[in-house]
Amino acid sequence: MKSAWQLAAPFAPVSAAIVAAALLFALFLLVQGAAPLQALELVIQGAFGSAFAWQNTLSRAAPIMLTALCVALPARAGLVIIGGEGALALGALAAAMVPVVGAGWPAYPVLALMALAGFAAGGAWMALVAWLRHARGMNETISSLLLAYIGIALFNFLVEGALRDPASLNKPSTPPIGELYAIGPMPGFDVHWGLAWGLVVCALAWLVMRHTVFGFSVGVAGGNPRAAQMAGLPVGMLLIASCFLGGGCAGLAGMLEVAAVHGSANASLLAGYGYAGILVSFASRHHPLGIIAGAILVGGIGASGSLLQRRLDLPDAATLVLQGTLFLALLAFETLNRKGLRRV
Amino acid sequence: MSDPASDFALGSLLLALLGGAMRVSTPFLFVSLGECITETAGRINLGLEGILVFGAMSGYGVSYLTGSPWLGILAAGCCGTLFGLLHGVLCSLPKVNDIAVGIALMLFGTGLAFFLGKPLIQPQAPMLPPLNLGGWSDDPQVRSALRINVLLPIGLVLAFVLQWALVSTRAGLVLRLVGDNAAAARALGYPVVPIRIAATAAGGFLAGVGGAFLSLYYPGSWNEGLSSGQGLMAVALVIFARWNPVRCALAALLFGAAGALGPALQSQGITSGYYLFNAAPYVLTLALMAASCTPGRILAGAPGELSLGNR
Repeated sequence: MKSAWQLAAPFAPVSAAIVAAALLFALFLLVQGAAPLQALELVIQGAFGSAFAWQNTLSRAAPIMLTALCVALPARAGLVIIGGEGALALGALAAAMVPVVGAGWPAYPVLALMALAGFAAGGAWMALVAWLRHARGMNETISSLLLAYIGIALFNFLVEGALRDPASLNKPSTPPIGELYAIGPMPGFDVHWGLAWGLVVCALAWLVMRHTVFGFSVGVAGGNPRAAQMAGLPVGMLLIASCFLGGGCAGLAGMLEVAAVHGSANASLLAGYGYAGILVSFASRHHPLGIIAGAILVGGIGASGSLLQRRLDLPDAATLVLQGTLFLALLAFETLNRKGLRRV
Repeated sequence: MSDPASDFALGSLLLALLGGAMRVSTPFLFVSLGECITETAGRINLGLEGILVFGAMSGYGVSYLTGSPWLGILAAGCCGTLFGLLHGVLCSLPKVNDIAVGIALMLFGTGLAFFLGKPLIQPQAPMLPPLNLGGWSDDPQVRSALRINVLLPIGLVLAFVLQWALVSTRAGLVLRLVGDNAAAARALGYPVVPIRIAATAAGGFLAGVGGAFLSLYYPGSWNEGLSSGQGLMAVALVIFARWNPVRCALAALLFGAAGALGPALQSQGITSGYYLFNAAPYVLTLALMAASCTPGRILAGAPGELSLGNR
């Protein structure tokens, strides 16, 4: 059995980093002439202060959990992937096309197909990154980011062109998916079912990556590819599979945004969840269960933005500054941790 | 004889492409030279994107407040140096991953620039003056294509100077030694960590200058959509150029031409597929990198300490 200290030890740098980031943010606001204590209070209030704040926070946290997995699953295979936004865009687009093709079909099969289409599109996009890494020796961080830009360009091109609903005049969108196929709120709680999906997928990712032979093999391939090859593991396939699963999660996030929030694929989907996921995954040391907590924290910061804007007249970028400070502090305090970042 | 009308369109398209390439490539040039210095010392700074955006904001702000765009460029460079120092110092802590810090810095620099730059969206700051190389021609298209910014020749000269310095000066050799084999550098008594921090700071300076070009010359205003990932593409560009400053300059011009394709076609009345043409530089980078990488081998010319190589 581990002692309480051993269990608590990994959380100490994280807590210290959160405190340090809050102090730095307060200092920054002080220099700017804003009220720092009030701002921190508003962040907490806007994120977790009321039922409404919690609903806002959790609705934002749901897609971030999934995009964070797009970083965490490949990280297990030793790959640093930062292009989740592109997988999210293409997943959303693929999912939004299902109701167009299958109009009139019953709701549940269509939703399942939408999820499948989103997962497959996002997964294929990221699998391409792993393939380039394995077959061409290309750096995956750069290629995932380039593919993210290409994916977003493709998304904009199709949404404003071939797949555009002629009725969407001011804001180019794909045809609306319709009430029947929309994902509604969970009972007694004004947060859409996507939150449950996010939680379940994170738990599944944890089970698969920590408690199956497949997950173990991915870890070996990431930790020591040569040893993995010697042991007869299909390293290339493992890299591609981990990226496919990760990209699939990001694609699923896109599908949820279409089905539960926007009702069609359009440019407002691309709200930076893919980039927030990078922060969350690194902050939780790529641990699928830690990601849940990280996503709620980052979702909360995002949710508090409008309150900061209204009460203190701060620019909406204030939450970006806080996120950036938090990320830098988390990484800097990583040095106190006894394990390095790359060893998951 | 071909149809003169289509000849004319092609000619002006090429002119627009040339002019666009020279305008668009300057930020690539500066950021990639900066990243080249940083990576030669053995570190990767993905945060150059954030530095670029912050440089654009601070350069615009200082130019607006002082009335001198040159002071703006200097301020942008100094801010970039500070961000570079931050990256360099954080990465010198044990167990801190330089790629992750870069991503954090990207977020932080962009957020800070958006926050502080809110009041700068409206006012018009003094711009950098253009250099008219096309005065000999009567054709307004030629003149507009050859109206370049003085930063472009400065950057090109800098590329050659850097190339020479890396190969033939003591400082350049020490920098390469630190990037290739930290243990050997340490054994010879060179302070590895301070040299890396200095190299990251120098890279930050150049990235800041590149950002100021965006806001002070082309497109020439400050807004939140100013950068479209030039800072990150510069990292790919340095790999493609194999850590060679002169090749960086050539690659920057190539990327500039790819980036100018969309606007050049648009000026010819071809507007369909605008988003796809805008993605041309990314596709080009990806294709060139895929073609130039070899599996299972360390990239030729890659600094040995770089965490970017192959396994």
